[in-house]
Amino acid sequence: MADYNDVWVYIEHKDGALSPMSFELLGVAQTLAGELGSKACAFVIAENADEMAKEAGYYGASKVYAINGSSFKTFRPDAYSKAAASLINNYKPDIILYRSTTQGLELSAATAALVDVGLGADAIGLSIDSGSKTLKLTRAAFGGSYLATYMNEKSKPQMATVRPKVFAMPERDASKSAEIVKDSFAVAEDDLRSKVAQFMQSEIAVNLVEADIIVSGGRGMGKAEGFAVIKALADVLGGAVGASRAAVDSGWISVEQQVGQTGKTVKPKIYIACGISGAIQHLAGMRTSDCIVAINKDAEAPIFKIASYAIVGDYNQVVPKLVDEFKKKLNK
Amino acid sequence: MKIAVCIKQVPDTEAEVKWDLQKGSLKRDDMDSVSNPFDEFALEEALLTKEKYDGEIIVITMGPDKAQDVLRNALALGVDAVYHLNDPAFAGSDALATSYTLAKAVEKVGADIVFCGKQSTDGATGIVSSQIAARLGFSQLNFVSKIEEIDEAGKKIKVHRSIEGGVEVVDAKLPAVVSVAKGINEPRLPNLMGIRKAAKVQIPVWNAGEINVDTAKVGTAGSHGKVIELTTPPPRAAGEMLKGDIEEIATSLVSKLIDLKVIK
Repeated sequence: MADYNDVWVYIEHKDGALSPMSFELLGVAQTLAGELGSKACAFVIAENADEMAKEAGYYGASKVYAINGSSFKTFRPDAYSKAAASLINNYKPDIILYRSTTQGLELSAATAALVDVGLGADAIGLSIDSGSKTLKLTRAAFGGSYLATYMNEKSKPQMATVRPKVFAMPERDASKSAEIVKDSFAVAEDDLRSKVAQFMQSEIAVNLVEADIIVSGGRGMGKAEGFAVIKALADVLGGAVGASRAAVDSGWISVEQQVGQTGKTVKPKIYIACGISGAIQHLAGMRTSDCIVAINKDAEAPIFKIASYAIVGDYNQVVPKLVDEFKKKLNK
Repeated sequence: MKIAVCIKQVPDTEAEVKWDLQKGSLKRDDMDSVSNPFDEFALEEALLTKEKYDGEIIVITMGPDKAQDVLRNALALGVDAVYHLNDPAFAGSDALATSYTLAKAVEKVGADIVFCGKQSTDGATGIVSSQIAARLGFSQLNFVSKIEEIDEAGKKIKVHRSIEGGVEVVDAKLPAVVSVAKGINEPRLPNLMGIRKAAKVQIPVWNAGEINVDTAKVGTAGSHGKVIELTTPPPRAAGEMLKGDIEEIATSLVSKLIDLKVIK
C-alpha cells in the first residue's frame, strides 16, 4: 500500500454555494501530512468546481482535485460517490477526511462501500501512529463516557469523518495557490437514482451544529412558553436554541433542536443548559462543549458535575437577569 | 410491495460497558440490551407504509442469540416475517462488514424498500444504511422526516430529508434504502395478544451459508477498522458554583462569559 500518498479533505457545497466550514479540516490535514512527509490536498465535485478549488488553496491545500459536470449541480449520493471512487482509484490518497455533516456522512459511507475500505466515524482526535504511519482516530463511545481509539491497517485510503468544530479553522491567505488537477467523470442522468425537487429553508436561522453559543432548555422549562425566555438569551448572544429530549417529547420545541444521543451532537464554545438535569443521553450530545453553564433548581442535578459554571436557581428568574446584564455590557 | 426493515439490538445506554479489547468489540452477551431507539421509528414507518400501500414486512437483525428479542418485539407489532442473521462468523463486524452482511440478506429477501434507523446508539456511526444502498445500487435516502408518496407501479418514491438548514424534497427510484429521523412518527407499542403470539414463534436463523456471504468479508475478518484502545476521557476541570443573590450571580457570570471572547 506504499503508493498511497497525501491527506485529502472533502470540500462541500450546497447547490454550488461553497460551505466555508469545509476548510476547517485543512489545518489538521497539514499537520498530519507534515508528519507523513506528504501533502495536504482537497477535492471538489460540482457543476463548477474551479472557484471552490482555488479557494481551498487559500486555506492551505497544495493540490486540489476537481470534477466538473452538470450531473453534480446538487449533492446526490450515487453520483458523488461514484465520482469520488474514480478520483480515489486514479490518484490513490493515503487519508481522506470529511466533516460529519449529513453530506459528509452520506458521501464517505457510500464511497467506502464502493472502494471497499473502512470508515472511522465522527473523530474528535486525529494523529499518526509513529511506528506504522497509520491514522489514529479518537472518537466518543457509549455516550461519551469512553474514548475509543480506532485504526485501519487493512486498507487504503484510510477514511474518517470528523466532528465539526473540533479542529481550528486555518487562516485564509490569498497569496497561496494550489495546483488544480482537473479530472472528469461521466454519469448519464438516466442512470442516477434521485433528483432534488425542492429545498425548503428552515425558519430557524442558526444551525445548531455550527453554532458557537447554544442556550438549551429541558424538562425544567415546565411549558412551551419557557423557550421564549431561552430564545431571548440566545438572541442577545447571537446563539442557537437547543433542547433536551424531555422538552422535545413534551412538544414544547421542534425535534430539530434536540441535543443528545437521539438528537444532535454539538460542540459550541459556550453551552448554557437551563432546567436540564443532565441524563447521560443528553450529556452524550454536548459534553465536549468548551464552557458549560448549568442553571437548575436541583442542586443534585448530574449536569452540575460537568458544568464550568453552576447556578442553583430557577431559570425563570436567572435567565431574564442574564439577558438584561448582557444587554448592558454588550451595549445592545 | 416487499418492505424490509433492518433493526439492531444495542446495549442499554445506562448499562455498564463490557469490552473485549483483544477483539476490539463489545461483549454483547454480558450487557443489558434494548432495541436501538432509532429503529423503532423505522419499524413504525414500515407498519404505516404497509397500512397505506399494502405489502409484506420482513424484519432482519444481525447479532448473537439474545438479539432475537428485538425480532420478537417486531412480531408482536404484527410484521409478516423475521430473520435472525446469527453465525459466529458475523461476530465483531464493523460497519463495512455489517452493511455487506445485511445487503446480502436484503438481496435474498428481495425488497422494494428497506427501512433503517438513522444510526445505532452504540456504534453510532450512521454509516450502514448508506452502505447497504451503495452495495445494492438502491437509492440512498437518509435523514428522512416524511414519506410523501410511494408509487409502486412506477417504482418511485418521494421523501423529505431533514438536513442542515432545512428540508430537501427528493424524488427517487425504487428500490430504495430509507433511513428515518426521529420525529417521522410515534412508534406504537405491542399489545398483549401480539406479545403472546410472538412468544410462540420459532425464529428462523440465517447463517453465513444461507445468505451466501464470502466469510472473508464478514465479522472480524471482514472488518477493516479496529478499536485498539478504550480509555475514559480526562475529567473536565472542576467547575465553579456561583453564589450570592441573583444580581451578583448574573453580573459575575456575564463578565466571565464575556472574558471568553466568544460573544460578539
